[in-house]
Amino acid sequence: MKNRVIGWIDQRFPLSSFVKHDLTEYPTPRNLSYWWNFGFLAGFVLVLQVATGIFLAMHYRADAALSFDSVQHIMRDVNYGWLLRFMHATGASAFFMVIYIHMARTLYYGSYRAPRELMWWTGQGLLLMLMATAFMGYLLPWGQMSYWGATVITNLFKVTPYFGDQIVTWLRGDYSVSDATLTRFFSLHYLLPFLIIGGVVVHLVALHTVKSSNPSGIDLAAKDNIPFHPYFTSKDLFGLGLFLIVYCIFVFFFPNMLMDPANFIPANPMQTPAEIVPEWYFLPFYAILRSVPNMVGGVVAMGLSVMMFAFMPFLDRSRIPGGASNRPMVKLGFYLFILNMLVLGYVGAHPVSERTLLIGHIATIFYFGSFFLIPFISKAEERWLIKRGLSPELKELMEREAREKTQSQARRRSGDAK
Amino acid sequence: MADKDTLSDAKRRKFLINVTSVVGVAGAAAACLPFIDSMNPSADVLAKATTEVDLSGIPESGVHIVAWQGKPVFVYHRTQAEIKAMEAGNGVLDPESDQQRVKQPEWLVVVGVCTHMGCVPNKSDTGWLCPCHGSEYDDSGRVVRGPAPKNLEVPPYKFVAADKIVIGVA
Repeated sequence: MKNRVIGWIDQRFPLSSFVKHDLTEYPTPRNLSYWWNFGFLAGFVLVLQVATGIFLAMHYRADAALSFDSVQHIMRDVNYGWLLRFMHATGASAFFMVIYIHMARTLYYGSYRAPRELMWWTGQGLLLMLMATAFMGYLLPWGQMSYWGATVITNLFKVTPYFGDQIVTWLRGDYSVSDATLTRFFSLHYLLPFLIIGGVVVHLVALHTVKSSNPSGIDLAAKDNIPFHPYFTSKDLFGLGLFLIVYCIFVFFFPNMLMDPANFIPANPMQTPAEIVPEWYFLPFYAILRSVPNMVGGVVAMGLSVMMFAFMPFLDRSRIPGGASNRPMVKLGFYLFILNMLVLGYVGAHPVSERTLLIGHIATIFYFGSFFLIPFISKAEERWLIKRGLSPELKELMEREAREKTQSQARRRSGDAK
Repeated sequence: MADKDTLSDAKRRKFLINVTSVVGVAGAAAACLPFIDSMNPSADVLAKATTEVDLSGIPESGVHIVAWQGKPVFVYHRTQAEIKAMEAGNGVLDPESDQQRVKQPEWLVVVGVCTHMGCVPNKSDTGWLCPCHGSEYDDSGRVVRGPAPKNLEVPPYKFVAADKIVIGVA
């Protein structure tokens, strides 16, 4: 019976071949570490956010006069409303944590390098959409921090040449952040996650074309691949269990830890809170904005700081395959970069003073400097490593890649490409 | 612990997979419950579950309409003649004695929602007439002409004083 049903479907839809190609026979490097769990975890958190969000939207009111109270209504009156809201709010932080680790893994192991550039760029697009979604969601509780955060961020567009003020007004639908802003943010906050789901599908189609990278940085021979199911379904599910333990500790024991006290005060357009601090996941970028002593420069620097990652496939010019496991300078640079991110986060979380300003300047210069120096460092590192002597696997791989490159160039020249 | 014998024991492996799957599915199902429960009436909705009605101001043959759980409830002060007429009959389409439908014969308390399609019937000389499809009810709220299939519902209520009732608790 089961076989007949599947057979009936297979004649009309590629169910069995899909399961085979992308699950039971999908070749996965056997040496993937737990750092490769975070893509799956990001997908899981996305589903969790959409699910909790849909149920919260059943009780939430997008109306400047009602929003703040409707969140209290969710917390006090709705059955398990407190759980849904804490899951959603904690989920936002969890989403960024998982994504940042996912990106850090990609940088560390050089997974952004050929042939995975499109994965990196679709990921960059997903990051931007995630940031936009999180930012707009933060306005919805209509607290003081929601209101002034939205005011500051929409004001960033003031730096647009010629049309700055008009664009800010257009974004807000009013001369200040108001009811019109709230309703459009709610609409877009509901829409964007579905665009993210679409982006994730593209990300996954690209992944299943180029297959997973692995800690060695070398593309493995067929014998070193094992099927995704059951080996990595079980590994992903085990990792999910660990993730859920941490997530639930936050949801049930420290749900307010990452919430700003100012956001428990209803929005007041007449008074800004003493200290405006963005959510932790925006702190490094916020620190860069504050570190540049010029309005336009600061906004451009902040926008650029998020987009810098997209240039990585061009900046890394080394012919040595992979990332930190083969390349000591990448490893060193990676840890310094992470350290610098933490410093920027510290600067962003503290009010402006002589000291934080100075640290912020240095960290900002280091942030951009590390990107601009990558082409030179990677080339120098390549020369140094070759002089020191490469492992036979690496040498063989580089020679094969060089051969393939000249062959494809020759083919292109002779005009019978493909 | 994980020596060769236990690793290759297919039965043991199958058992572990099954137990893990059952626990996992049970956990996932339990995690769904808060989501489903969040769609049930919230505390502020449940707070509307009972309604108190002061009967002292309602004159004889006067109808007082109160909202109970968002629905209209007719509180009707019947005359002695109406009580006598209602106690004599037993209804037509959905037979029920008048005593079964009232706590005190002067006071008829019924949910003012037509049992046909949910419209609110209007008071007529002989009871109620539904404007939507013409169903008729007598002064005991019993249906005397279709298409309504049932008598008007008697909500749970009780007298908390001589002239005060609480609708929503029996």
